[in-house]
Amino acid sequence: MEELKVDKHIQYILSIEKEKDSFMALTMEHLRMNGAYWGLATLDILQNIATVDQNEVISWIMSCWDEESGGFAGNVGHDPHLLYTLSAVQILALLNRLDILDVEMVSKYVSGLQNVDGSFAGDMWGEIDTRFSYCAICCLSILRSLDKIDVAKAVDYIVSCKNLDGGFGCTPGGESHAGQIFCCVGALSITGSLHHIDKDLLGWWLCERQCSDGGLCGRPEKLSDVCYSWWVLSSLIMIDRVHWIDKGKLTKFILNCQDCENGGISDRPDNAVDVYHTYFGVAGLSLMEYPGLKTIDPAYALPVDVVNRFFFPE
Amino acid sequence: MSSEEDDEWVPFSRRSEWSDVKPVPQDDGPHPVVPIAYADDFRETMDYFRAVYFSDERSRRALDLTSEAIAMNPGNYTIWHFRRLVLESLHADLNDELKFINSVASKNSKNYQIWHHKRWLAEKLGPEAAEKELEFTKNILSIDAKNYHAWSHRQWVLEALGGWENELDYCNELLEDDIYNNSAWNQRYFVITRSPLLGGLQAMRESEVSYTVGAILSNPENESPWRYLRGLHKDDPDLLAHNKQVSGVCLQVLSAKHDVVFALSLLLDLLRHGFQPSLEFCGVVDALRSVSPELSSDPASLAGSICSILETVDPLRSNYWAWRRSHLP
Repeated sequence: MEELKVDKHIQYILSIEKEKDSFMALTMEHLRMNGAYWGLATLDILQNIATVDQNEVISWIMSCWDEESGGFAGNVGHDPHLLYTLSAVQILALLNRLDILDVEMVSKYVSGLQNVDGSFAGDMWGEIDTRFSYCAICCLSILRSLDKIDVAKAVDYIVSCKNLDGGFGCTPGGESHAGQIFCCVGALSITGSLHHIDKDLLGWWLCERQCSDGGLCGRPEKLSDVCYSWWVLSSLIMIDRVHWIDKGKLTKFILNCQDCENGGISDRPDNAVDVYHTYFGVAGLSLMEYPGLKTIDPAYALPVDVVNRFFFPE
Repeated sequence: MSSEEDDEWVPFSRRSEWSDVKPVPQDDGPHPVVPIAYADDFRETMDYFRAVYFSDERSRRALDLTSEAIAMNPGNYTIWHFRRLVLESLHADLNDELKFINSVASKNSKNYQIWHHKRWLAEKLGPEAAEKELEFTKNILSIDAKNYHAWSHRQWVLEALGGWENELDYCNELLEDDIYNNSAWNQRYFVITRSPLLGGLQAMRESEVSYTVGAILSNPENESPWRYLRGLHKDDPDLLAHNKQVSGVCLQVLSAKHDVVFALSLLLDLLRHGFQPSLEFCGVVDALRSVSPELSSDPASLAGSICSILETVDPLRSNYWAWRRSHLP
């Protein structure tokens, strides 16, 4: 079986950081904060985060901070948004520099996005989605500020998005989708509310997502894609049902999606690689305890040593 | 932006109406590793966008500029945010905006910003927008019947603005096109449980069971209707176990084809909830055991036999089925 090309992937991540003039870099400009998180988290799982200039990353992150609202933007000069606020906080946690944050202000930004029904908006424009419930809860938990929101109502809203198949959608009645399921299960896990989930029913739906090629898909009758190695696997781990899938076949599927020459991982075998799928592939392998990788926490999407560091500071 | 328009693109620096504006380049932070060498048109448009954005110029030309910038990169949420501020300040004609957003959305139907903008607009337009919004999502779904954004917008429209009258017929249509479309099955459940016109789940149950049974018989391997059947009996597994249509479809499917995972697993659930199998049923399952001859001498219960069969026919999930067997009453 093919092995994980650790060195190639490190080179790939470092090269995209430098290559900012490509069309991809251009259209991704507004979500560079997400890109930075995917890249840096991959490097950390591969035990190589020291290869980047941390001071440079931190000063860039802080220049994306909007002092007035307390939120982070996807890049310098953009508007703050919950998606990028979580990524910024996760990166600072990875780099062990949460101390640089004005926790009060960031928490105020996040808690200000909660609606009366418990749901969260992504930003001042009010788009609602269970993705944002996860972002808010994960972010505040890392900052140890969950007391700033109404957790019980946040949980109620997520539970109202539960479907007949045991999965979750983006709003009440929305179709179950593995990405949304990760967000809901992650938020319920962080808030100690997993008892709201029918674990056997959801576990069966999730393990039905494994296709004959070994990869996982996000919804019935859809094709497998490396990113679901994260969304589905992390959810299965959080509800303690990961042994219901064939991990050997999934590992093989992910490894077959590597670009063995230039590094990086793609969505499916022989497609073009990108940083998003590289992260989800490596993170998926970490969840399956692939040798040589740091273990990643399925709820916080950060290595376990990083999570331990902010919960049990020395 | 169409390709013809691309050919005629005039740089902002050569447009007289923009001569008073000083473009603002992207700030890549205090210590950029390598300056970003953007494609020229794109870079210039964004430089002018930043100029009007930072000076908060809410003018007609700023609105037109956001149209161009959006055409180049519809994913940039900051441009959308600014556009809404400009629209509000100018009290712009929202029907023009609807035409604009629909043309952008048709080309970029998997973009969060666009759908959110559509919703913002529809909210302002009110119930009169319902019909057009439903028609628009229908067009998108005719190209990609599982587009998650379009479905979630459609559900929002129904609940916020109304227009439920033909929704069940629409689900029928989509399922007729593709009975495997899980999004359409989900929408069907949404309609029968939430439509103010249909009387709710209990009123709809029997006719929905019949519809679902028909769908299963035409394609027994289809996961969605099997789950839908369970959903119809949500919170009342006894009802499921005693519904003759439900046990009947399991029997019919298994009599014709032995290894249908979803039929076997539903039968397993029925047994757990007190279903008493007839001799005919035991005969059918017994016949299945012959596909795995090593099991024929296994004295396990009917449910145990079913689990063993499932472990064999669905090896990818053999651990799940082994777990089911170990948890039989």
